[in-house]
Amino acid sequence: MPELQNFTMNFGPQHPAAHGVLRLILEMDGEVITKADPHIGLLHRATEKLAESKPYNQSIGYMDRLDYVSMMCNEHAYVMAIEKLLGITPPIRAQYIRVMYDELTRITNHLLWLGAHGLDIGAMTVFLYCFREREDIMDMYEAVSGARMHATYYRPGGVYRDLPEHMPDYKASRFRSKGDMRRMNKARQGTLLDFIEDFTGRFPKCIDEYEVLLTDNRIWKQRTVGIGVVSRERALQLGFSGPMLRGSGVEWDLRKQQPYAVYDEVEFDIPVGMNGDCYDRYLVRIEEMRQSTKIVKQCIAWLRKNPGPVWLDDHKITPPHREQMKSDMESLIHHFKYMTEGYCVPAGEVYAAIEHPKGEFGVYMISDGANKPFRVKIRAAGFAHLSALDEMVRGHMLADLVAIIGSQDIVFGEVDR
Amino acid sequence: MNSAADKLAGSVESRFGGAMKRVPSTVEQLTYELTAAKLRDVCHALRDEEPFRFEQLMDVCGVDYLGYGENEWRTQSATVTGFSRGVDRHPPQAGECAQRRFAVVYHLLSIRHNQRLRLRVFCADQPPMLDSVTEIWASANWFEREAFDLYGILFSGHPDLRRILTDYGFIGNPFRKDFPLSGNVEVRYDPEKQRVIYEPVSIEPRVLVPRVIREDPRYQEAFKEASKNA
Repeated sequence: MPELQNFTMNFGPQHPAAHGVLRLILEMDGEVITKADPHIGLLHRATEKLAESKPYNQSIGYMDRLDYVSMMCNEHAYVMAIEKLLGITPPIRAQYIRVMYDELTRITNHLLWLGAHGLDIGAMTVFLYCFREREDIMDMYEAVSGARMHATYYRPGGVYRDLPEHMPDYKASRFRSKGDMRRMNKARQGTLLDFIEDFTGRFPKCIDEYEVLLTDNRIWKQRTVGIGVVSRERALQLGFSGPMLRGSGVEWDLRKQQPYAVYDEVEFDIPVGMNGDCYDRYLVRIEEMRQSTKIVKQCIAWLRKNPGPVWLDDHKITPPHREQMKSDMESLIHHFKYMTEGYCVPAGEVYAAIEHPKGEFGVYMISDGANKPFRVKIRAAGFAHLSALDEMVRGHMLADLVAIIGSQDIVFGEVDR
Repeated sequence: MNSAADKLAGSVESRFGGAMKRVPSTVEQLTYELTAAKLRDVCHALRDEEPFRFEQLMDVCGVDYLGYGENEWRTQSATVTGFSRGVDRHPPQAGECAQRRFAVVYHLLSIRHNQRLRLRVFCADQPPMLDSVTEIWASANWFEREAFDLYGILFSGHPDLRRILTDYGFIGNPFRKDFPLSGNVEVRYDPEKQRVIYEPVSIEPRVLVPRVIREDPRYQEAFKEASKNA
């Protein structure tokens, strides 16, 4: 009788199914995983330490780069923490803009997740479909902030600027026919809000398209139903949040339970799974996209009716207008102090959590009264989810590992920070 | 302070009495300080007993209080003699205030009662050491590894206390306040030795914007209010 031995295998750190730089040391019994040891930190940039060395506003850009597929949501948590310490509330219009962009961000995040998850399990088409719609949301980002991804659009006290009156359109080029141009620019004739409204009109149909490809697909179900099951109790123990927690049947959403910004004024439902497997988490996220579209629609309706300021007028916290700065001495001083020294935040500590597309994203901030934070701790949802990977994959086949990593929706920017 | 938080504060104080000390706060969030010896018992009670039921541990976070509340820039005294380039560029020195230097902050969440609580425990020992709460909340595992890696705080009873975020073979605890922002070593490829080598950093540490604390009379009222509540 030959002696049987377990096999130790290295997975990653550069692997297309690892969603970034994840290195796994897998202990295999044949093709069954008996233990998985994730090695993370290959993308560690010490964001929290860097934030300690800079005035508050200069770290907003770092927040975009944490979870680099849901940029504005990260900013929201960081900005909210500062606002709570300062004891200020941004204008209501800014809050609506934030909610609208948070939900658009949720859609982009879920689109990337769905595309990549599908690709991992072998569905190529859905990836192409998802990126088609994702491009439109990137354009919305660009229209409002000038950057397709790393927006730095939310600021303490509001948002950087109001929604633009014109949606940029495609310019004529010899690579595009007239007919193509007309089709591409059809929705871009009016304001940004018109463009977003057009998007919300056609997006539910796009979700139907993804669902036709996957929801009742035999192979998709074989790969996801009953894979990576987490019970309700374990999900709580393991610190799950967001779709991972809701997939396991816990009805918990910070937007409903601890509403921030104007989430208590918009109407939406929270989808909850039953079995806690990869398929349920898939269904939860698909439904979340539909609900997000609903929220965006309500925000558009409100924003059309209610013009107003989008940034506080307190120039200790927000910079004065450039025109004022050129003619008014006090504005010039405010501008200079704001851009060089920043503002001092009263001593204290705060934890601001938002319902990020991936789960609870929290920023814990300690201030000692200086113009820089004393300590910033970022609570990333993916970190807690990935720590449960070992428990989730035990007893599964190697190929299921890929499905489980996919359904956790891991992004290494936020896990490694 | 809102009524739900007040109610929770009331039940915490009646259950734990002097073991937990409330920290005044201008924000409507509850923070309690407790001693390291009582940590495990208190956490057990907070998870299992009504009316707490904190089923989830959302975050564990190390803090290094070295240099807390220190100015790098003299703004008051310097004005008399002309506003000097009065930036104090000495990094904080270790050794002082060892008793209250390292702390671990726990963020608890109760799904059932929709409430949050923050606990802070200072590590009195040298090296800093605390009991691990992994048996109470499984999610503490990686969070404690992170605090160990970045701050060198030890957790007794942790099943697998290894470094997590830093490189293989990394030396030091990078998030301590006396660890330079630019690090101690840098890597480059040495064409002669035909391999990647480590050498001391060539970057000079510099402060772009000095740290400055300004008294702001607008917040004095809120502080007074908060310390009255606690």
